[in-house]
Amino acid sequence: MNCMTKDTQLPALKTVPSAPAPVPPAAPAAAAVAAAATFDVRQLNVWFGSHHVLRSVSLEILPKAVTAIIGPSGCGKSTFLRSLNRMHDLVPIARVEGRITLFGEDLYGRGVDATLVRRRVGMVFQKSNPFPTMSIAENVTVGLRLNGLRQKALLLERMERSLRMAALWDEVKDRLNANALSLSGGQQQRLCIARALAIEPEVLLMDEPASALDPLATAKIEELILQLKLDYTIVIVTHNMQQAARISGHTAFFYLGELIEFDQTNRIFTNPKQKQTEDYVTGRFG
Amino acid sequence: MNRWYHHWRKIKSSCVSALCLLCALVVIAPLALVLFNLLQKGASSLDLHFFTQLSKPVGETGGGMANAIVGSATLVGLAGLIGVPVGVLGGIYLSEFGSPRMNWAVRFAADILNGTPSIVWGIVVYALVVLPITGYSAYAAGLALGFIMIPLIIRTTEEMLVLVPNSYREAAFALGIPHWKIVLNIVLKTAGKAIITGVLLAAARVAGETAPLLFTALGNDYWNHNLSQPIEALPHKIFIYASSPFADWNRQAWAGALVLLLFVLALNIAVRLVTRGRAPHLAR
Repeated sequence: MNCMTKDTQLPALKTVPSAPAPVPPAAPAAAAVAAAATFDVRQLNVWFGSHHVLRSVSLEILPKAVTAIIGPSGCGKSTFLRSLNRMHDLVPIARVEGRITLFGEDLYGRGVDATLVRRRVGMVFQKSNPFPTMSIAENVTVGLRLNGLRQKALLLERMERSLRMAALWDEVKDRLNANALSLSGGQQQRLCIARALAIEPEVLLMDEPASALDPLATAKIEELILQLKLDYTIVIVTHNMQQAARISGHTAFFYLGELIEFDQTNRIFTNPKQKQTEDYVTGRFG
Repeated sequence: MNRWYHHWRKIKSSCVSALCLLCALVVIAPLALVLFNLLQKGASSLDLHFFTQLSKPVGETGGGMANAIVGSATLVGLAGLIGVPVGVLGGIYLSEFGSPRMNWAVRFAADILNGTPSIVWGIVVYALVVLPITGYSAYAAGLALGFIMIPLIIRTTEEMLVLVPNSYREAAFALGIPHWKIVLNIVLKTAGKAIITGVLLAAARVAGETAPLLFTALGNDYWNHNLSQPIEALPHKIFIYASSPFADWNRQAWAGALVLLLFVLALNIAVRLVTRGRAPHLAR
Protein backbone atom coordinates (compact mmCIF):
# COMPACT_ATOMS: atom_id res chain seq x y z
CA MET A 1 0.00 0.00 0.00
CA ASN A 2 1.14 3.50 -0.67
CA CYS A 3 -0.05 6.18 1.69
CA MET A 4 1.65 8.93 -0.25
CA THR A 5 -0.11 9.14 -3.57
CA LYS A 6 1.50 12.10 -5.25
CA ASP A 7 -0.15 14.46 -7.71
CA THR A 8 3.18 15.20 -9.35
CA GLN A 9 5.81 12.54 -9.62
CA LEU A 10 9.43 13.04 -10.61
CA PRO A 11 9.73 12.38 -14.33
CA ALA A 12 12.93 10.41 -13.93
CA LEU A 13 11.78 8.55 -10.88
CA LYS A 14 11.33 4.86 -11.43
CA THR A 15 9.58 3.22 -8.56
CA VAL A 16 10.76 -0.17 -7.54
CA PRO A 17 8.25 -2.79 -8.65
CA SER A 18 6.19 -3.49 -5.59
CA ALA A 19 6.41 -7.03 -4.45
CA PRO A 20 4.31 -8.06 -1.47
CA ALA A 21 6.45 -8.97 1.49
CA PRO A 22 6.77 -12.74 1.58
CA VAL A 23 7.49 -12.79 5.29
CA PRO A 24 5.62 -15.72 6.80
CA PRO A 25 3.27 -14.17 9.36
CA ALA A 26 3.79 -15.52 12.82
CA ALA A 27 0.25 -14.71 13.89
CA PRO A 28 -2.72 -13.05 12.20
CA ALA A 29 -2.45 -9.99 14.43
CA ALA A 30 1.22 -9.52 13.59
CA ALA A 31 0.49 -9.83 9.89
CA ALA A 32 -2.06 -7.04 10.09
CA VAL A 33 0.52 -4.75 11.67
CA ALA A 34 3.16 -5.69 9.11
CA ALA A 35 0.89 -4.78 6.23
CA ALA A 36 0.20 -1.35 7.68
CA ALA A 37 3.80 -0.53 8.61
CA THR A 38 5.93 1.94 6.64
CA PHE A 39 9.15 0.21 7.58
CA ASP A 40 9.31 -3.39 8.62
CA VAL A 41 12.76 -4.11 10.04
CA ARG A 42 13.65 -7.75 10.67
CA GLN A 43 16.83 -9.02 12.31
CA LEU A 44 18.91 -6.02 11.29
CA ASN A 45 22.62 -6.40 12.01
CA VAL A 46 25.24 -3.81 11.10
CA TRP A 47 29.00 -4.11 11.36
CA PHE A 48 31.67 -1.47 10.86
CA GLY A 49 34.69 -3.62 10.14
CA SER A 50 34.73 -6.12 12.99
CA HIS A 51 32.69 -3.86 15.26
CA HIS A 52 29.17 -5.21 15.66
CA VAL A 53 27.17 -1.98 15.97
CA LEU A 54 23.55 -3.15 15.67
CA ARG A 55 22.47 -6.52 17.00
CA SER A 56 19.36 -8.22 15.66
CA VAL A 57 17.05 -5.23 15.69
CA SER A 58 13.45 -5.87 14.66
CA LEU A 59 10.68 -3.29 14.74
CA GLU A 60 7.86 -1.79 12.69
CA ILE A 61 7.48 1.87 12.01
CA LEU A 62 3.94 3.10 11.52
CA PRO A 63 2.88 5.48 8.77
CA LYS A 64 1.94 9.12 9.35
CA ALA A 65 3.37 9.06 12.83
CA VAL A 66 6.53 10.13 14.59
CA THR A 67 8.77 7.37 15.89
CA ALA A 68 11.54 8.49 18.22
CA ILE A 69 14.82 6.64 18.71
CA ILE A 70 16.49 7.30 22.05
CA GLY A 71 19.49 5.92 23.86
CA PRO A 72 22.93 6.94 25.11
CA SER A 73 25.67 8.01 22.69
CA GLY A 74 27.18 5.15 20.72
CA CYS A 75 24.17 2.86 21.16
CA GLY A 76 23.52 2.62 17.43
CA LYS A 77 20.66 5.12 17.01
CA SER A 78 22.18 6.88 14.02
CA THR A 79 23.40 3.60 12.58
CA PHE A 80 19.84 2.31 12.70
CA LEU A 81 18.48 5.47 11.06
CA ARG A 82 21.07 5.34 8.31
CA SER A 83 20.18 1.76 7.47
CA LEU A 84 16.71 2.97 6.57
CA ASN A 85 17.93 4.95 3.53
CA ARG A 86 21.02 2.86 2.76
CA MET A 87 23.52 5.53 3.74
CA HIS A 88 25.81 2.74 4.91
CA ASP A 89 26.39 1.89 1.25
CA LEU A 90 28.74 4.88 1.20
CA VAL A 91 31.00 3.45 3.92
CA PRO A 92 33.20 0.71 2.48
CA ILE A 93 33.73 -1.08 5.79
CA ALA A 94 30.04 -1.13 6.72
CA ARG A 95 28.11 -4.39 6.36
CA VAL A 96 24.34 -4.64 6.69
CA GLU A 97 22.46 -7.88 7.19
CA GLY A 98 18.79 -8.52 7.74
CA ARG A 99 15.71 -7.30 6.01
CA ILE A 100 14.13 -3.86 5.78
CA THR A 101 10.99 -3.33 3.75
CA LEU A 102 9.43 0.02 2.85
CA PHE A 103 5.73 -0.45 2.17
CA GLY A 104 6.46 -4.08 1.49
CA GLU A 105 9.40 -3.58 -0.86
CA ASP A 106 12.77 -4.94 0.19
CA LEU A 107 15.17 -1.98 0.38
CA TYR A 108 18.24 -4.20 0.28
CA GLY A 109 16.84 -6.58 -2.33
CA ARG A 110 18.78 -7.67 -5.38
CA GLY A 111 18.77 -5.01 -8.09
CA VAL A 112 17.35 -2.27 -5.87
CA ASP A 113 19.13 1.01 -6.60
CA ALA A 114 20.22 2.78 -3.40
CA THR A 115 19.87 6.13 -5.17
CA LEU A 116 16.19 5.46 -5.78
CA VAL A 117 15.74 4.35 -2.18
CA ARG A 118 17.14 7.67 -1.01
CA ARG A 119 14.70 9.58 -3.22
CA ARG A 120 11.89 7.87 -1.37
CA VAL A 121 13.42 8.20 2.10
CA GLY A 122 14.53 11.76 2.85
CA MET A 123 17.01 12.65 5.55
CA VAL A 124 17.83 15.66 7.72
CA PHE A 125 21.13 15.74 9.57
CA GLN A 126 22.24 16.88 12.99
CA LYS A 127 24.31 19.74 11.66
CA SER A 128 22.51 21.83 9.08
CA ASN A 129 24.35 21.45 5.80
CA PRO A 130 22.96 23.71 3.07
CA PHE A 131 25.19 23.79 -0.01
CA PRO A 132 27.42 26.85 0.40
CA THR A 133 27.72 27.63 -3.31
CA MET A 134 23.97 27.87 -3.79
CA SER A 135 21.26 30.38 -3.02
CA ILE A 136 18.29 29.61 -0.80
CA ALA A 137 16.13 28.82 -3.82
CA GLU A 138 18.79 26.67 -5.47
CA ASN A 139 19.28 24.70 -2.28
CA VAL A 140 15.60 23.78 -2.16
CA THR A 141 15.39 22.73 -5.81
CA VAL A 142 18.79 21.06 -6.15
CA GLY A 143 17.42 17.56 -5.58
CA LEU A 144 14.84 18.06 -8.31
CA ARG A 145 17.21 19.73 -10.76
CA LEU A 146 19.96 17.16 -10.43
CA ASN A 147 17.39 14.41 -10.80
CA GLY A 148 16.41 15.82 -14.16
CA LEU A 149 13.44 18.13 -13.56
CA ARG A 150 13.73 21.10 -15.93
CA GLN A 151 10.37 22.90 -16.09
CA LYS A 152 10.84 26.24 -14.42
CA ALA A 153 7.23 26.73 -13.37
CA LEU A 154 7.12 23.34 -11.69
CA LEU A 155 10.43 24.00 -9.92
CA LEU A 156 9.15 27.33 -8.59
CA GLU A 157 5.93 25.75 -7.44
CA ARG A 158 7.74 22.91 -5.65
CA MET A 159 10.16 25.36 -4.09
CA GLU A 160 7.43 27.52 -2.65
CA ARG A 161 5.44 24.55 -1.40
CA SER A 162 8.49 22.97 0.25
CA LEU A 163 9.48 26.22 1.92
CA ARG A 164 5.90 26.70 3.16
CA MET A 165 5.84 23.16 4.54
CA ALA A 166 9.11 23.85 6.32
CA ALA A 167 7.57 27.05 7.75
CA LEU A 168 10.33 29.11 6.19
CA TRP A 169 8.60 30.77 3.25
CA ASP A 170 7.56 33.99 5.01
CA GLU A 171 11.07 34.52 6.33
CA VAL A 172 12.91 34.03 3.04
CA LYS A 173 10.45 34.89 0.26
CA ASP A 174 12.05 38.30 -0.27
CA ARG A 175 15.60 37.00 -0.48
CA LEU A 176 15.39 33.70 -2.27
CA ASN A 177 18.55 34.48 -4.22
CA ALA A 178 20.64 35.22 -1.13
CA ASN A 179 23.33 32.74 -0.19
CA ALA A 180 21.99 29.95 2.01
CA LEU A 181 24.69 30.60 4.60
CA SER A 182 23.22 34.05 5.27
CA LEU A 183 20.41 32.35 7.20
CA SER A 184 20.52 31.73 10.94
CA GLY A 185 21.24 28.24 12.28
CA GLY A 186 17.58 27.41 12.86
CA GLN A 187 16.59 28.75 9.46
CA GLN A 188 19.36 26.73 7.82
CA GLN A 189 18.02 23.57 9.43
CA ARG A 190 14.49 24.34 8.20
CA LEU A 191 16.00 25.01 4.76
CA CYS A 192 17.50 21.53 4.89
CA ILE A 193 14.10 20.14 5.78
CA ALA A 194 12.58 22.02 2.83
CA ARG A 195 15.32 20.64 0.60
CA ALA A 196 14.52 17.11 1.73
CA LEU A 197 10.78 17.66 1.26
CA ALA A 198 11.16 19.10 -2.25
CA ILE A 199 11.80 15.72 -3.84
CA GLU A 200 8.59 14.48 -2.19
CA PRO A 201 9.91 11.54 -0.23
CA GLU A 202 7.60 9.05 1.43
CA VAL A 203 9.47 9.10 4.72
CA LEU A 204 11.56 11.67 6.55
CA LEU A 205 14.48 10.55 8.71
CA MET A 206 15.83 13.10 11.19
CA ASP A 207 19.14 12.63 12.98
CA GLU A 208 19.01 14.91 16.03
CA PRO A 209 17.70 17.78 13.91
CA ALA A 210 17.46 20.24 16.78
CA SER A 211 20.44 19.34 18.93
CA ALA A 212 22.53 22.24 17.64
CA LEU A 213 19.74 24.81 17.93
CA ASP A 214 18.60 27.19 20.65
CA PRO A 215 15.28 26.54 22.46
CA LEU A 216 13.25 28.88 20.23
CA ALA A 217 14.51 27.33 17.01
CA THR A 218 14.02 23.88 18.56
CA ALA A 219 10.38 24.72 19.33
CA LYS A 220 9.89 25.74 15.70
CA ILE A 221 11.34 22.49 14.43
CA GLU A 222 9.16 20.48 16.81
CA GLU A 223 6.07 22.36 15.71
CA LEU A 224 7.07 21.64 12.13
CA ILE A 225 7.49 17.93 12.86
CA LEU A 226 3.99 17.78 14.32
CA GLN A 227 2.69 19.41 11.12
CA LEU A 228 4.63 17.11 8.81
CA LYS A 229 3.43 14.04 10.64
CA LEU A 230 0.00 14.58 9.07
CA ASP A 231 1.49 13.62 5.68
CA TYR A 232 4.74 11.84 6.39
CA THR A 233 6.18 8.98 8.32
CA ILE A 234 8.90 10.49 10.48
CA VAL A 235 11.70 8.70 12.30
CA ILE A 236 13.70 10.94 14.59
CA VAL A 237 16.82 10.26 16.60
CA THR A 238 17.03 12.47 19.65
CA HIS A 239 19.09 12.89 22.79
CA ASN A 240 16.40 15.02 24.30
CA MET A 241 13.88 12.84 26.11
CA GLN A 242 11.43 15.67 26.67
CA GLN A 243 11.50 16.19 22.93
CA ALA A 244 10.76 12.52 22.30
CA ALA A 245 7.90 12.71 24.77
CA ARG A 246 6.47 15.86 23.19
CA ILE A 247 6.46 14.84 19.54
CA SER A 248 6.52 11.09 19.12
CA GLY A 249 3.82 8.45 19.15
CA HIS A 250 6.21 5.54 19.56
CA THR A 251 9.65 5.40 21.10
CA ALA A 252 12.42 2.88 20.66
CA PHE A 253 15.14 2.65 23.30
CA PHE A 254 18.51 1.39 22.08
CA TYR A 255 21.37 0.38 24.31
CA LEU A 256 24.74 -1.07 23.25
CA GLY A 257 23.47 -1.86 19.77
CA GLU A 258 20.36 -3.67 20.90
CA LEU A 259 16.75 -2.61 20.81
CA ILE A 260 15.83 -2.83 24.48
CA GLU A 261 12.25 -1.67 24.29
CA PHE A 262 9.84 -0.37 21.69
CA ASP A 263 6.40 0.84 22.69
CA GLN A 264 4.03 3.76 22.73
CA THR A 265 5.88 6.80 23.93
CA ASN A 266 3.78 7.38 27.04
CA ARG A 267 4.37 3.80 28.15
CA ILE A 268 8.12 4.07 27.61
CA PHE A 269 8.25 7.15 29.78
CA THR A 270 5.70 6.27 32.44
CA ASN A 271 5.63 2.51 32.66
CA PRO A 272 8.62 0.89 30.93
CA LYS A 273 8.83 -2.88 31.04
CA GLN A 274 12.61 -3.06 31.06
CA LYS A 275 14.78 -1.99 33.95
CA GLN A 276 17.37 -0.45 31.58
CA THR A 277 14.73 1.72 29.92
CA GLU A 278 13.50 2.94 33.26
CA ASP A 279 17.03 3.76 34.40
CA TYR A 280 17.68 5.70 31.22
CA VAL A 281 14.47 7.72 31.05
CA THR A 282 14.70 8.59 34.72
CA GLY A 283 18.24 9.82 34.18
CA ARG A 284 20.04 7.20 36.21
CA PHE A 285 22.57 6.57 33.43
CA GLY A 286 23.43 7.58 29.92
CA MET B 1 64.68 36.97 42.72
CA ASN B 2 61.25 36.99 41.23
CA ARG B 3 61.80 40.24 39.39
CA TRP B 4 65.13 39.01 38.05
CA TYR B 5 63.45 35.83 36.80
CA HIS B 6 60.77 37.83 35.06
CA HIS B 7 63.48 39.90 33.41
CA TRP B 8 65.33 36.82 32.23
CA ARG B 9 62.19 35.45 30.65
CA LYS B 10 61.67 38.71 28.79
CA ILE B 11 65.21 38.57 27.45
CA LYS B 12 64.73 34.99 26.25
CA SER B 13 61.47 35.96 24.60
CA SER B 14 63.06 38.88 22.72
CA CYS B 15 65.95 36.68 21.58
CA VAL B 16 63.62 34.10 20.09
CA SER B 17 61.48 36.81 18.48
CA ALA B 18 64.58 38.34 16.94
CA LEU B 19 65.64 34.93 15.58
CA CYS B 20 62.21 34.42 14.01
CA LEU B 21 62.37 37.85 12.43
CA LEU B 22 65.82 37.04 11.07
CA CYS B 23 64.57 33.82 9.51
CA ALA B 24 61.61 35.64 7.97
CA LEU B 25 64.01 38.15 6.45
CA VAL B 26 66.14 35.32 5.06
CA VAL B 27 63.03 34.01 3.34
CA ILE B 28 62.04 37.34 1.85
CA ALA B 29 65.54 38.61 1.04
CA PRO B 30 66.19 36.43 -2.05
CA LEU B 31 62.97 37.54 -3.71
CA ALA B 32 63.73 41.17 -2.93
CA LEU B 33 67.33 40.81 -4.14
CA VAL B 34 66.36 39.05 -7.36
CA LEU B 35 63.64 41.58 -8.10
CA PHE B 36 65.94 44.50 -7.31
CA ASN B 37 68.77 43.10 -9.39
CA LEU B 38 66.50 42.36 -12.34
CA LEU B 39 64.87 45.76 -12.19
CA GLN B 40 68.27 47.41 -12.07
CA LYS B 41 69.75 45.53 -14.99
CA GLY B 42 66.68 44.64 -17.02
CA ALA B 43 64.30 47.55 -16.75
CA SER B 44 66.49 49.84 -18.87
CA SER B 45 66.30 47.37 -21.78
CA LEU B 46 62.59 46.96 -21.45
CA ASP B 47 60.76 48.96 -24.09
CA LEU B 48 57.92 48.44 -26.50
CA HIS B 49 60.27 46.87 -29.04
CA PHE B 50 61.14 44.14 -26.58
CA PHE B 51 57.53 42.96 -26.72
CA THR B 52 56.87 43.54 -30.42
CA GLN B 53 60.08 42.79 -32.34
CA LEU B 54 62.13 39.74 -33.16
CA SER B 55 65.74 39.55 -32.15
CA LYS B 56 68.26 41.45 -34.26
CA PRO B 57 71.42 39.89 -35.73
CA VAL B 58 74.58 40.15 -33.70
CA GLY B 59 76.06 43.63 -34.04
CA GLU B 60 72.78 45.45 -34.41
CA THR B 61 71.31 46.87 -31.22
CA GLY B 62 67.61 46.75 -30.31
CA GLY B 63 65.15 44.08 -31.20
CA GLY B 64 63.08 42.04 -28.77
CA MET B 65 61.75 38.71 -27.71
CA ALA B 66 58.24 38.85 -29.11
CA ASN B 67 58.40 35.33 -30.55
CA ALA B 68 59.66 33.93 -27.24
CA ILE B 69 56.89 35.59 -25.26
CA VAL B 70 54.19 34.29 -27.61
CA GLY B 71 55.94 30.92 -27.70
CA SER B 72 55.95 30.66 -23.90
CA ALA B 73 52.24 31.46 -23.77
CA THR B 74 51.60 28.82 -26.46
CA LEU B 75 53.60 26.20 -24.60
CA VAL B 76 51.88 26.88 -21.28
CA GLY B 77 48.56 26.62 -23.11
CA LEU B 78 49.51 23.32 -24.71
CA ALA B 79 50.78 22.00 -21.38
CA GLY B 80 47.48 23.02 -19.79
CA LEU B 81 45.53 21.09 -22.43
CA ILE B 82 47.25 17.93 -21.19
CA GLY B 83 47.96 18.74 -17.56
CA VAL B 84 44.64 20.28 -16.47
CA PRO B 85 42.19 17.57 -17.56
CA VAL B 86 44.43 14.68 -16.53
CA GLY B 87 45.45 16.37 -13.28
CA VAL B 88 41.99 17.50 -12.23
CA LEU B 89 40.32 14.20 -13.14
CA GLY B 90 43.09 12.30 -11.39
CA GLY B 91 42.59 14.41 -8.28
CA ILE B 92 38.84 13.76 -8.43
CA TYR B 93 39.52 10.06 -8.72
CA LEU B 94 41.76 10.08 -5.65
CA SER B 95 39.34 12.07 -3.53
CA GLU B 96 35.98 10.68 -4.63
CA PHE B 97 36.27 7.28 -6.27
CA GLY B 98 39.54 5.50 -5.65
CA SER B 99 40.05 2.43 -3.51
CA PRO B 100 42.65 2.76 -0.74
CA ARG B 101 45.17 0.52 -2.51
CA MET B 102 44.84 2.25 -5.88
CA ASN B 103 44.99 5.65 -4.18
CA TRP B 104 48.19 4.71 -2.42
CA ALA B 105 49.75 3.76 -5.75
CA VAL B 106 48.59 6.93 -7.54
CA ARG B 107 49.70 9.21 -4.70
CA PHE B 108 53.05 7.51 -4.49
CA ALA B 109 53.57 7.87 -8.25
CA ALA B 110 52.48 11.52 -8.19
CA ASP B 111 54.86 12.33 -5.35
CA ILE B 112 57.76 10.63 -7.12
CA LEU B 113 56.94 12.48 -10.35
CA ASN B 114 56.73 15.77 -8.45
CA GLY B 115 60.29 15.23 -7.31
CA THR B 116 61.57 14.20 -10.74
CA PRO B 117 64.05 16.74 -12.16
CA SER B 118 62.44 18.48 -15.10
CA ILE B 119 65.33 17.68 -17.41
CA VAL B 120 64.38 14.02 -17.06
CA TRP B 121 61.04 14.88 -18.60
CA GLY B 122 62.88 16.56 -21.43
CA ILE B 123 64.94 13.44 -22.09
CA VAL B 124 61.93 11.13 -21.81
CA VAL B 125 59.91 13.15 -24.31
CA TYR B 126 62.99 13.48 -26.53
CA ALA B 127 63.46 9.72 -26.63
CA LEU B 128 59.82 8.71 -26.87
CA VAL B 129 58.32 11.51 -28.97
CA VAL B 130 60.85 13.85 -30.53
CA LEU B 131 63.15 11.25 -32.08
CA PRO B 132 60.61 8.74 -33.42
CA ILE B 133 57.63 10.98 -34.20
CA THR B 134 57.52 14.76 -34.12
CA GLY B 135 61.07 16.04 -34.23
CA TYR B 136 61.72 19.27 -32.30
CA SER B 137 58.30 20.85 -32.01
CA ALA B 138 55.90 22.86 -29.90
CA TYR B 139 53.80 19.73 -29.41
CA ALA B 140 56.69 17.84 -27.85
CA ALA B 141 57.57 20.77 -25.58
CA GLY B 142 53.93 21.18 -24.53
CA LEU B 143 53.80 17.47 -23.76
CA ALA B 144 56.90 17.65 -21.57
CA LEU B 145 55.54 20.64 -19.65
CA GLY B 146 52.13 18.96 -19.42
CA PHE B 147 53.73 15.92 -17.81
CA ILE B 148 55.30 18.21 -15.23
CA MET B 149 51.91 19.80 -14.52
CA ILE B 150 50.00 16.53 -14.03
CA PRO B 151 51.35 15.42 -10.64
CA LEU B 152 51.25 19.00 -9.31
CA ILE B 153 47.59 19.41 -10.24
CA ILE B 154 46.60 15.91 -9.11
CA ARG B 155 47.90 16.56 -5.62
CA THR B 156 46.51 20.08 -5.19
CA THR B 157 43.12 19.05 -6.60
CA GLU B 158 42.91 16.09 -4.27
CA GLU B 159 43.91 18.16 -1.26
CA MET B 160 41.28 20.78 -2.05
CA LEU B 161 38.53 18.19 -2.62
CA VAL B 162 39.32 16.43 0.63
CA LEU B 163 38.75 19.77 2.39
CA VAL B 164 35.12 19.80 1.20
CA PRO B 165 33.18 18.66 4.28
CA ASN B 166 31.67 15.20 3.98
CA SER B 167 28.37 16.55 5.26
CA TYR B 168 27.75 18.13 1.83
CA ARG B 169 28.28 14.82 0.11
CA GLU B 170 26.00 13.08 2.60
CA ALA B 171 23.30 15.70 2.15
CA ALA B 172 23.46 15.23 -1.60
CA PHE B 173 23.43 11.43 -1.37
CA ALA B 174 20.40 11.63 0.92
CA LEU B 175 18.59 13.53 -1.85
CA GLY B 176 19.02 10.57 -4.15
CA ILE B 177 21.40 12.40 -6.49
CA PRO B 178 23.70 10.13 -8.53
CA HIS B 179 27.33 10.07 -7.44
CA TRP B 180 28.82 11.66 -10.58
CA LYS B 181 26.36 14.54 -10.43
CA ILE B 182 27.26 15.13 -6.79
CA VAL B 183 30.93 15.32 -7.68
CA LEU B 184 30.31 17.62 -10.63
CA ASN B 185 27.68 19.95 -9.21
CA ILE B 186 28.39 20.05 -5.51
CA VAL B 187 31.89 18.89 -4.59
CA LEU B 188 33.73 20.46 -7.53
CA LYS B 189 31.71 23.66 -7.27
CA THR B 190 32.55 24.01 -3.60
CA ALA B 191 36.26 23.52 -4.21
CA GLY B 192 36.30 25.25 -7.62
CA LYS B 193 38.30 28.33 -6.75
CA ALA B 194 40.87 26.35 -4.81
CA ILE B 195 41.35 24.02 -7.78
CA ILE B 196 41.81 26.96 -10.15
CA THR B 197 44.44 28.22 -7.74
CA GLY B 198 46.32 24.95 -8.03
CA VAL B 199 46.14 25.07 -11.82
CA LEU B 200 47.49 28.64 -11.93
CA LEU B 201 50.37 27.76 -9.63
CA ALA B 202 51.23 24.77 -11.79
CA ALA B 203 51.14 27.01 -14.87
CA ALA B 204 53.48 29.48 -13.18
CA ARG B 205 55.82 26.62 -12.34
CA VAL B 206 56.09 25.27 -15.90
CA ALA B 207 56.27 28.75 -17.45
CA GLY B 208 59.74 29.05 -15.98
CA GLU B 209 61.01 25.59 -16.94
CA THR B 210 64.01 25.63 -19.25
CA ALA B 211 65.62 22.22 -19.12
CA PRO B 212 62.85 20.19 -20.80
CA LEU B 213 62.69 22.73 -23.62
CA LEU B 214 66.30 22.10 -24.61
CA PHE B 215 65.35 18.62 -25.80
CA THR B 216 61.95 19.40 -27.21
CA ALA B 217 61.31 23.00 -28.31
CA LEU B 218 64.85 23.69 -29.55
CA GLY B 219 64.09 27.39 -30.01
CA ASN B 220 64.38 29.68 -33.02
CA ASP B 221 64.79 33.31 -33.97
CA TYR B 222 61.70 33.91 -36.09
CA TRP B 223 57.96 33.72 -35.95
CA ASN B 224 56.61 30.24 -36.09
CA HIS B 225 52.92 29.48 -35.95
CA ASN B 226 53.26 25.86 -36.93
CA LEU B 227 53.09 23.79 -33.76
CA SER B 228 54.86 20.83 -35.36
CA GLN B 229 57.98 23.00 -35.81
CA PRO B 230 60.54 24.17 -33.23
CA ILE B 231 59.30 27.04 -31.09
CA GLU B 232 61.01 29.65 -28.93
CA ALA B 233 60.20 30.16 -25.26
CA LEU B 234 61.20 32.89 -22.84
CA PRO B 235 63.28 30.83 -20.42
CA HIS B 236 65.10 29.17 -23.30
CA LYS B 237 65.79 32.50 -24.97
CA ILE B 238 67.14 33.84 -21.70
CA PHE B 239 69.41 30.83 -21.42
CA ILE B 240 70.80 31.34 -24.93
CA TYR B 241 71.18 35.11 -24.59
CA ALA B 242 72.66 35.07 -21.11
CA SER B 243 75.33 32.55 -22.07
CA SER B 244 76.26 34.37 -25.29
CA PRO B 245 79.40 36.52 -25.54
CA PHE B 246 77.50 39.59 -26.83
CA ALA B 247 76.86 42.46 -24.43
CA ASP B 248 73.62 43.47 -26.14
CA TRP B 249 72.23 39.94 -25.87
CA ASN B 250 73.24 39.74 -22.20
CA ARG B 251 71.36 43.00 -21.64
CA GLN B 252 68.25 41.57 -23.29
CA ALA B 253 68.54 38.40 -21.24
CA TRP B 254 68.16 40.54 -18.11
CA ALA B 255 65.05 42.12 -19.57
CA GLY B 256 63.66 38.69 -20.46
CA ALA B 257 64.31 37.42 -16.93
CA LEU B 258 62.49 40.42 -15.55
CA VAL B 259 59.47 39.78 -17.81
CA LEU B 260 59.40 36.11 -16.79
CA LEU B 261 59.57 36.94 -13.11
CA LEU B 262 56.83 39.56 -13.47
CA PHE B 263 54.68 36.98 -15.27
CA VAL B 264 55.08 34.45 -12.45
CA LEU B 265 54.48 37.20 -9.91
CA ALA B 266 51.31 38.24 -11.76
CA LEU B 267 50.03 34.64 -11.72
CA ASN B 268 50.66 34.43 -7.98
CA ILE B 269 48.83 37.69 -7.41
CA ALA B 270 45.97 36.38 -9.53
CA VAL B 271 45.89 33.34 -7.24
CA ARG B 272 45.62 35.59 -4.21
CA LEU B 273 42.74 37.47 -5.80
CA VAL B 274 40.94 34.24 -6.70
CA THR B 275 41.32 32.73 -3.24
CA ARG B 276 40.15 35.85 -1.45
CA GLY B 277 36.55 34.91 -2.14
CA ARG B 278 37.13 31.35 -1.01
CA ALA B 279 36.56 31.78 2.69
CA PRO B 280 32.76 31.42 2.74
CA HIS B 281 32.92 28.22 0.72
CA LEU B 282 35.43 26.17 2.61
CA ALA B 283 35.18 27.93 5.94
CA ARG B 284 32.76 25.49 7.49
